[in-house]
Amino acid sequence: MATTKEKAMQITGAEAVIRCLLAEGVDLIYGYPGGAIMPIYDELYKFQDQLDHVLTRHEQGATHMAQGYARTSGRVGVAMATSGPGATNLVTGIADAQIDSTPMVCITGQVASHLLGSDAFQETDIIGISTPVTKWNYQITKASEIPEIMAKAFYIARSGRPGPVLIDITKDAQFENLDFAYKKCEGVRSYKPVPSLQISQVEAAVAAINQAKQPMIVWGQGVILGAAEEAFKHFVEHSGIPAVWTILGLSALPTKHPLNMGMVGMHGNYGPNLLTNECDVLIAIGMRFDDRVTGNLATYAKQAKVVHLEIDPAEISKNVHADYPILADCKESLLALTERVQPKELTEWKARFTEYMETEYETVIKGDTQPTKDGLTMGEAIVAINKHTKGDAVIVTDVGQHQMIACRYAEFIRSKSNVTSGGLGTMGFALPAAIGAKMGAEERHVVAVIGDGGYQMTIQELGTIFQTGVAVKIVVLNNDYLGMVRQWQQLFFDKRYASTEMTNPDFVTIAKGYHIEAQRVTERGQLDAAVKAMITSDKPYFLEVCVEKEDNVFPMIPTGASVSDIRLK
Amino acid sequence: MTENNRYTISIYSENNIGLLNRVSAIFLKRHINIDSFSTSQSEIQDVFRFVIVVEVTEDKVKKLVQQIEKQIDVIKAYYHTDEETIYQESALYKVKSSYLFEERQIQNIIKDSHANIVTVSPEFFVIEKTGFRSETEKLRKELAPFGLLQFVRSGRISVTKSKMGISELLETFKKNN
Repeated sequence: MATTKEKAMQITGAEAVIRCLLAEGVDLIYGYPGGAIMPIYDELYKFQDQLDHVLTRHEQGATHMAQGYARTSGRVGVAMATSGPGATNLVTGIADAQIDSTPMVCITGQVASHLLGSDAFQETDIIGISTPVTKWNYQITKASEIPEIMAKAFYIARSGRPGPVLIDITKDAQFENLDFAYKKCEGVRSYKPVPSLQISQVEAAVAAINQAKQPMIVWGQGVILGAAEEAFKHFVEHSGIPAVWTILGLSALPTKHPLNMGMVGMHGNYGPNLLTNECDVLIAIGMRFDDRVTGNLATYAKQAKVVHLEIDPAEISKNVHADYPILADCKESLLALTERVQPKELTEWKARFTEYMETEYETVIKGDTQPTKDGLTMGEAIVAINKHTKGDAVIVTDVGQHQMIACRYAEFIRSKSNVTSGGLGTMGFALPAAIGAKMGAEERHVVAVIGDGGYQMTIQELGTIFQTGVAVKIVVLNNDYLGMVRQWQQLFFDKRYASTEMTNPDFVTIAKGYHIEAQRVTERGQLDAAVKAMITSDKPYFLEVCVEKEDNVFPMIPTGASVSDIRLK
Repeated sequence: MTENNRYTISIYSENNIGLLNRVSAIFLKRHINIDSFSTSQSEIQDVFRFVIVVEVTEDKVKKLVQQIEKQIDVIKAYYHTDEETIYQESALYKVKSSYLFEERQIQNIIKDSHANIVTVSPEFFVIEKTGFRSETEKLRKELAPFGLLQFVRSGRISVTKSKMGISELLETFKKNN
């Protein structure tokens, strides 16, 4: 790691914060000003030629933007807010980043240190509040602590299994002077971000894999976070083992890769779920066996030997017992595995996936993507997006039916193209995350696919889009319902639709109020042209697609059921 | 693995504000009651030690230790059964001074329990007893009829029979960094 050591100079704590950000290569932050962080905003004003600040419409939006930015750029996202409500509004995004391992540094202002604990105006214990949802947090009360702590914050956020770090800075520390010199953090003695690969673990796993007759790979976001896409592809191609993905692993391997067999989990593909309980060796790579992936653990892959490639020791045997854990950076373990694993044909085994896919196609996919009924489906909207982006867009999704449909049917040819709130399931994530995603990958098409419910949770960020001109494409799949909850009410609560029907506003008028070009599609015949107009526009664009009100997402593994009990209808 | 057992979790950590909160949050998130909790300086300069006692399954305590060790400021965490550790608790008993002179029995109780008298004043005296829970508890029960003015017992402190090797671990950390 490069060491940048500047000559010591007397500056304020607030200026030191900005200089630390610059030293970390940050050129863009998201935030919202307020009393306790004004000294830092004052410095932002002075440094605006070097450091862009995007003024969001709510602090939650700042965190999701920082997340979207981190997910497409691979860099650390930075969000900033004032004390009290500013800080508490960050919490949802921080929790989201924690559970989805997104590198993020949040900086909050705090009341002056002599007021701490006095219930001062806009004082809140954000360190206490954010502790369970941060990888690390720290309260700075002296300006002299700023360089070292900021360096540590970035190091911790990005290293090992990434995550969010919150740094709370009292107002007096922002005003105070310090002798500033910045040195990048190169290690923390109590923290070992990457376990050292043990070849004995690799060899034990290889022996199991080489003997396997029906092996299956399940990969997760670790492949993307570890920048291991190439190593992963080589491993898959060399071994010949069929591979399936978790929602956050999506896009690490191109959709049309012949060994990409689809998604596992609650609304994943039929074959991958059923064959989880038939494979003899399950090779899990950078994934954590979330309950939405495993269904009932007591009946999950009991017949299989589990190989688990993982960077975080706490994930080993947390939910599913790992017979062969390989603790290391997954790029390194994948290279070591590829060197040793013998290639396999697996013709019959792979045919099982294809057969199940044919069944799923006939019963579910065909109707979703090439409907013959009158009403529009979410699936056909995704197909139209695929067509006009040629599978080379970043698809940002919110949470619910549209998310599952988008992840099932969106096509990808490049990694870091799927941005969604997986672990926390944060409605309201997509619109701000798409803004950050676009800023993190300016040359790419960024399409936010959102439901009418989640869209209205952070709809105010249309203001940020208007003010910055960021060319995100927003597709609201509107069924006038909180669709996923309604689906559960239909299936498990005898159609008692408690508080899931939405009386929605005129979304097109709202977008136009923010001077965003907007269109509404209500009939099949309009869809293709509308999506084309949206994609070819070089400006922000809003498209409302009014879809069938009571469509359901299938296949589905009901909560608590086994992956073997996946339902096609 | 499925039976509850008493485990002593030992944590070596940096001495940073907020770590206590971070560690206790791990128990809170999993709805686990902490039976005893104590913190102090460890054998190594600048390294802090937590001793936490919980009654859970071995599977659960393993996962707790994994989550604790994952925290940035934690150097190393272990869990041990009672048999693998030497452990003690300390208790203080405050009694009215008049009893010391009026009730001969008290003097016998103190002598038999091998407790120490920490201080004696005209109003009260304070007895200290360090030992197993059963011993401090026995003394409490014996003194109770005389009206304990105050009673307090510390969390468990323990050392392991096996070597911890934290200094060596810190050395390897230094080399890796």
